[in-house]
Amino acid sequence: MAIHPPKQMIWWHEPVERSELVWIAVAFLWGLVMFGTMVAWHFVGKQNLSNEAYRITPDVFQARTEAAAEKYKVREEGNTGIPVVRPPPGGDAYMLARLWEWWPILELEKGQSYRLHISSLDWQHGFSLQPTNVNLQIHPGYEMVLTVTPDAAGQFTVVCNEFCGIGHHTMIGRIYVVDKK
Amino acid sequence: MATQAQFRICPDTGLKVHLPAQALIKANAVAAVVFLAIGGLFGLSVALTRWPAVHLLPAEWFYLALTAHGADVLLFWIIFFEMAVLYFASAILLGSRLAAPKMGWLAFILMLVGAVTANIAVLQGESSVMFTSYVPMKAAPHFYLGLILFAVGALIGVFVFFGTLIVAKDERTYEGSIPLVTFGALTAAIIAVFTIACGAIILVPTFLWSIGIISHIDPLTYKVVWWGMGHSSQQINVSAHVAVWYAIAAIVLGAKPLSEKVSRTAFFFYILFLQLASAHHLLVEPGISSEWKIFNTSYAMYLAVLGSMIHGLTVPGSIEAAQRRKGYTNGIFEWLRKAPWGNPAFAGMFLSLVMFGFLGGITGVILGTEQLNMLMHNTLYVPGHFHGTVVAGTTLAFMAMTYLVVPLIFRRELVLPRLAQWQPYLFGIGAAGISLFMMGAGTLGVARRHWDITFTDARLSFDVPAGAFLMMGLNGICAILAALGGLAYVVVVVGSILFGKRKDAPAPAARPATPPMASPIASYGGEGTLKLPGTMVLVSVFFVAFVLYYYVNWKYLASVWPLR
Ligand code: HEM
Ligand SMILES: [Cu+2]
Ligand SMILES: [Cu+2]
Repeated sequence: MAIHPPKQMIWWHEPVERSELVWIAVAFLWGLVMFGTMVAWHFVGKQNLSNEAYRITPDVFQARTEAAAEKYKVREEGNTGIPVVRPPPGGDAYMLARLWEWWPILELEKGQSYRLHISSLDWQHGFSLQPTNVNLQIHPGYEMVLTVTPDAAGQFTVVCNEFCGIGHHTMIGRIYVVDKK
Repeated sequence: MATQAQFRICPDTGLKVHLPAQALIKANAVAAVVFLAIGGLFGLSVALTRWPAVHLLPAEWFYLALTAHGADVLLFWIIFFEMAVLYFASAILLGSRLAAPKMGWLAFILMLVGAVTANIAVLQGESSVMFTSYVPMKAAPHFYLGLILFAVGALIGVFVFFGTLIVAKDERTYEGSIPLVTFGALTAAIIAVFTIACGAIILVPTFLWSIGIISHIDPLTYKVVWWGMGHSSQQINVSAHVAVWYAIAAIVLGAKPLSEKVSRTAFFFYILFLQLASAHHLLVEPGISSEWKIFNTSYAMYLAVLGSMIHGLTVPGSIEAAQRRKGYTNGIFEWLRKAPWGNPAFAGMFLSLVMFGFLGGITGVILGTEQLNMLMHNTLYVPGHFHGTVVAGTTLAFMAMTYLVVPLIFRRELVLPRLAQWQPYLFGIGAAGISLFMMGAGTLGVARRHWDITFTDARLSFDVPAGAFLMMGLNGICAILAALGGLAYVVVVVGSILFGKRKDAPAPAARPATPPMASPIASYGGEGTLKLPGTMVLVSVFFVAFVLYYYVNWKYLASVWPLR
């Protein structure tokens, strides 16, 4: 039994059931298929992280985000004072995370690609784009750059889904996606 | 040198029991149950807070309770119990004396002091950083210190286990190779050394940083090393609870592994591969290459998953073989229908096996797939997944094991056998529910570790899908079931230890809840049972579910914003 030493001193010589062999083969092949799927998606899929990232200090990132916000600001969101920034299609869009906001609000054009730069000024935060459900981890000191192509117009929300202290549940941001004017 | 006076012979099993080992098993098991009770209460309060209609705790308390919940159950309950399993699988199963019982006590005391210190730190309110304590968020220094003490204690305990294996070999207390269960425990212990080393490498500097000696810790480096500990320790849990599955199948049914070779190789895969898969916690971090992610999640992870899939066949297979040899040969499933479902050790073990595979296993592979991770990273899907692994899987298996430990080690009969009979079902259904409904909410995008999904205090507004509220409500209801199941467990175990009828008097006819030891049926598990149709049906259902669910998620991925 499993709680006694094996009967055969050299357990390596025990026979193996056929059903076990079949199952091992199936499970192994399935592992290969899953491996292949992951690799293949890099060629056929449209959702792959490029893993482009740079080391950056929070000050520098903040300065760049503020500069971009000033340059491309189109309005303010209601009476919140948060700028709504509309970067040029194909260009760079900046969003920073800090306790407890995603700043600024972005306005993107549907079907256009943007290089989206995200970093944190303080702790780790979780970039969770809703309702489309894309989730990224944002670190201080690292600038993550990804190329996004919003494919539906509407109002999207960025929820913070990495615990970041007592205001964590109030940390949300916004991205508007609009049809081409 | 051990004298004969330090041993007793177990009248139920014929095992030779070293009394100092027995005392240590008792101490660790009791500590484990205490932390499960505390941690379970925190878990219930967290779940009730996340149920929007109840919203039990204020925000500060919620994050505090969540930190305490993670530490108390994932670290303290499970690792204390694993210490008991290690001592059982070495000294008791090998009929040997325990090496250095004094060191075992030192280990126990360090772990206890560490666990209590960490709890105090959390309750003081300055350490609500979650048990992952990602820098640069800072906890009070004694929070880290408590965890370090606990880890050092655990490491000493692991070495007592290794020492015992050597003693048993030297003193020839057994012949040939160590039993499969001990082999599984050895797997767990080897991974534990790696795990605790990672823990030391990261927690010691973090402690020094918290008292101001070190000025900066890189958050990404922290995570890489932290998950070297955090993920590998889940590998310890899997090894330990698979060993427990085999032990229960053997003790209750006399089941033998189909082939020792296959089962042992499957354990060996855990050592070789899974610690590398800590990578799957870093799939959406900045600046980590896809090659590295794919290598670590596929080569390393799928071979370890292969190990688990093998156990997923051999454990039920060995049970089917044993039952068929006893004459339950009608149809495909008579062996399963006529299994001892009224015995909480068996019921808990089998539920744990099924739920670990279907709820925890499949979803773990999905989460660990490079691109799919993007869909649920840090959503409630993640806790949903691991309540399938460590709660429905490990915790339920350990609970089931306790129903054997109480009569065999504590020498007490179970009180309230009816309650004990129902306990695995109650807890199992509750645990399956919290797992499923948290995954459901996560699929709808609900964040983990989050106090308020209505965002009342936020500057901008956001309405989560209505379905999410339903999921959180169902989650709350299942949390109550799980908590009742946990309470039943604590009541039966503590009650039996304190008030159970002593078994030392010449045993009267055993009651159903305290199973007698079954005797082995054949010289190896597969002998004379050419076919295991029931098990093949079970694993086929599993496989189909796995493949379908896997590709459903790719389809879902294809629908989100294109991104590079
Ligand atoms: C009565 C039983 C239990 C209930 C009702 C319960 C419920 C919960 C809930 C609702 C969460 C919070 C999810 C979130 O907001 O992010 C959670 C987190 C967690 N639970 Fe449980 N749980 C129970 C038992 C357990 C057990 C036995 C374990 C471990 C063996 C466990 C391990 C964890 C861990 C590690 C976390 C994550 C904490 C964190 O995010 O830092 N739970 N649990
Ligand atoms: Cu945040
Ligand atoms: Cu947050």
